[in-house]
Amino acid sequence: MVISKKQLTHLKRLEAESVHIIREVIAEFDNPAMLYSVGKDSSVMLHLAQKAFFPAKPPFPLVHVDTQWKFKEMIAFREQRAKEVGMELVVYINPKGEELGISPFKHGSAMHTDIMKTEGLRQMLDLYQYDAVFGGARRDEEKSRAKERIYSFRDKNHRWDPKAQRPELWDIYNGRHQKGESIRVFPLSNWTELDIWQYIYLESIPIPDLYFAKERPVVEYGGTKIMVDDDRMPEELRVQAKMEKVRFRTLGCYPLTGAVASNAETLPEIIQEMLLTKVSERQGRLIDHDESGSMEKKKMEGYF
Amino acid sequence: MAIEQNNLMESDIEAYLLQHENKELLRFITCGSVDDGKSTLIGRLLHDSKMIFEDQLAAINKDSKKHGTTGDEVDLALLVDGLQSEREQGITIDVAYRYFATDKRKFIIADTPGHEQYTRNMATGASTADLAIILIDARYGVQTQTRRHSYITSLLGIKHILVAVNKMDLVDYSEQRFNEIKAQYKNFSKDIGIVNPVFVPVSALTGDNVVNRSDKMPWNTDVPLMQQLDTIPLEDTVNLDNFRLPVQYVNRPHLDFRGFCGTISAGSIKVGDRVTVLPSKKTSTVKQVIQPAVGEHDMAIDEAFAPMAITLTLKDEVDISRGDMIVKSDDMPQVSDQLEVMLVWMGEVPLRVGVDVLIKRATNVVSGQFSRIDHKVDVNSLEKVAATELQLNEIGQCQLSLKQLISFDAYADIKATGSFIVIDKYTHATLAAGMIQRQSNSAVNATSLREYSAFEKDLNALVRRHFPEWGCRSIDELLSK
Ligand SMILES: Nc1nc2c(ncn2[C@@H]2O[C@H](COP(=O)(O)OP(=O)(O)O)[C@@H](O)[C@H]2O)c(=O)[nH]1
Repeated sequence: MVISKKQLTHLKRLEAESVHIIREVIAEFDNPAMLYSVGKDSSVMLHLAQKAFFPAKPPFPLVHVDTQWKFKEMIAFREQRAKEVGMELVVYINPKGEELGISPFKHGSAMHTDIMKTEGLRQMLDLYQYDAVFGGARRDEEKSRAKERIYSFRDKNHRWDPKAQRPELWDIYNGRHQKGESIRVFPLSNWTELDIWQYIYLESIPIPDLYFAKERPVVEYGGTKIMVDDDRMPEELRVQAKMEKVRFRTLGCYPLTGAVASNAETLPEIIQEMLLTKVSERQGRLIDHDESGSMEKKKMEGYF
Repeated sequence: MAIEQNNLMESDIEAYLLQHENKELLRFITCGSVDDGKSTLIGRLLHDSKMIFEDQLAAINKDSKKHGTTGDEVDLALLVDGLQSEREQGITIDVAYRYFATDKRKFIIADTPGHEQYTRNMATGASTADLAIILIDARYGVQTQTRRHSYITSLLGIKHILVAVNKMDLVDYSEQRFNEIKAQYKNFSKDIGIVNPVFVPVSALTGDNVVNRSDKMPWNTDVPLMQQLDTIPLEDTVNLDNFRLPVQYVNRPHLDFRGFCGTISAGSIKVGDRVTVLPSKKTSTVKQVIQPAVGEHDMAIDEAFAPMAITLTLKDEVDISRGDMIVKSDDMPQVSDQLEVMLVWMGEVPLRVGVDVLIKRATNVVSGQFSRIDHKVDVNSLEKVAATELQLNEIGQCQLSLKQLISFDAYADIKATGSFIVIDKYTHATLAAGMIQRQSNSAVNATSLREYSAFEKDLNALVRRHFPEWGCRSIDELLSK
């Protein structure tokens, strides 16, 4: 943990910074929540929240915008983790989308994401009126994230306005806000993908099995391989399913999450694979494919 | 080679991971004027340290054709290009953070592009940096902006300065030119408090002397830029002498546990240390030092130090809340409500004296106003000039009058307890970055404008030695103000 006598390693420095941010938000905001998306970044963020308040439990709920198309395993993992850490779990599903039976197969990925994810998130924020929501985004994820603040201000309509963002100096965060305004907080801003994996490894943080290579039924779809997770997948696709040894670099809606061929069954092997293949993780996530700068557009619309 | 790409990764991943668990963290800022090659240099560092993924390179290749300036070659500068709106509208209002690592260190770069907003962006990026790379175009040498950038890094207390003389390829890799620039720089840098700057000749475009030693500059016997970044000692970037814990949050899961959480600003703390809580001056003894943990088994440690985020429990029931500061009883900070400060103004509306503002310093938020602008600093000539207001991107020395006493340190001694932000009471915008220099003369004058007898000096020393918890100031310090 300590390099020389009194110097912290980079991971301990990052941990300290994240804990500082999480505590600061809890001290200054009335109604905070943590957006828990079940992936590896969320897992690290949850772990850090536990650390920040131990021996108490983190004094805020975990929220999950459920698009209804997440991997079954993610849902099971979500329930189990919430129980283990003893935090309240708030699950929100866009009722209108549910009623219309929005499906990425039928309606396309853009419409599905827009209704079930972006719109669902907006509705959830309107309903619960959280004034601070933790998210697990990192600045190294995507080019347009590099300038994202740790406290990212959103207006009453949850929209992000590049001009309304505040300069962040030292570790002093300005959390003052008007009623109705809120912030997204990114305590993992300064972590890289490698940091996340190393920390998971060092701290033995639980993550869903989907990250590890295993024989899984997959089909070719939209230029990548996706897994057959249930029989809502159209029949004509399902019949093409082949068992292949694959894993997922990122977790989301199963029809929109590309599987990669892999033999990595342990954390060190995953890290090794990541270091050697050099394909950034969002490639497996179909929503970012369109054009560079698309994340920024999504953000202005209220996407996390 | 110092690059994160060694055989271990392939042959023995567990050994590799072990090696990479114990890296140091170095945060630095890059400063340069438009076209000095900042983006190219950062792109080069990321590219040569293999932090660029294939798909990102592919995207840049596409972008190079659309926006690039390097013709058909991949424009490394596009790697670090920022927000879309900025690209399209040509506005730059931000700091971008980039990441790369070597076998020894993880680096966080604060990349501050910009023109008019430069001072504000630079101050923001510099506030968290331990080192600054100052870029100079070898063709043009030291410019007005070079002085301005250097002044801001010094104002923000950055101890390590690396002067990268870029575009050496355009001056025939001339040693003489490099030495001229070195002399130009040294000519002014001492006056603004920069000691021992390190000079490196590079070509960001060709990669010469960035990561690998350049055979075009055999006269240069120093190590390349990347190796400088890897080896510059970091011990002096954290004050480990004077313990300060601004209380951030009081953790009370049940009646038997009352923990005071916070990030250590400076110094270290052990179980059994006598502590004083400011401003109440109540004292107690440290019962437990708790590190971030998820279980009982690994939470207690014997000693913690800056910049750890910790929780303390105390032997006595002491009333402590967020905004208080816990310090060691034999090493107290100063306490005052009248401060002399330096401000970097960031608000759209200029600073005027006598207007109520909020001051957030570490974890306390106090109301106050600026009672006087002593002078502003012309960032180009570095001269002090009289001022009645401070505008966006202006820097000035001011007198700050708070409605409550706070305990503080000079920014030069402890950054975290000597820095603050100014917040607009109504719009809540962040108006300025502030650095405490000392207690105001006006506050000191009342007590110090007199001669002290030898007896009074002895008494003062006695009180300070035996009753540190009284927070008594030393007479010498009063007189030196
Ligand atoms: N010849 C030469 N050109 C360079 C070098 N570094 C940068 N450039 C060019 O200078 C121009 C400005 O570089 P850029 O990195 O965009 O500058 P920035 O405005 O400081 O970010 C571009 O056309 C670069 O290709 C160098 O070392 N040698």
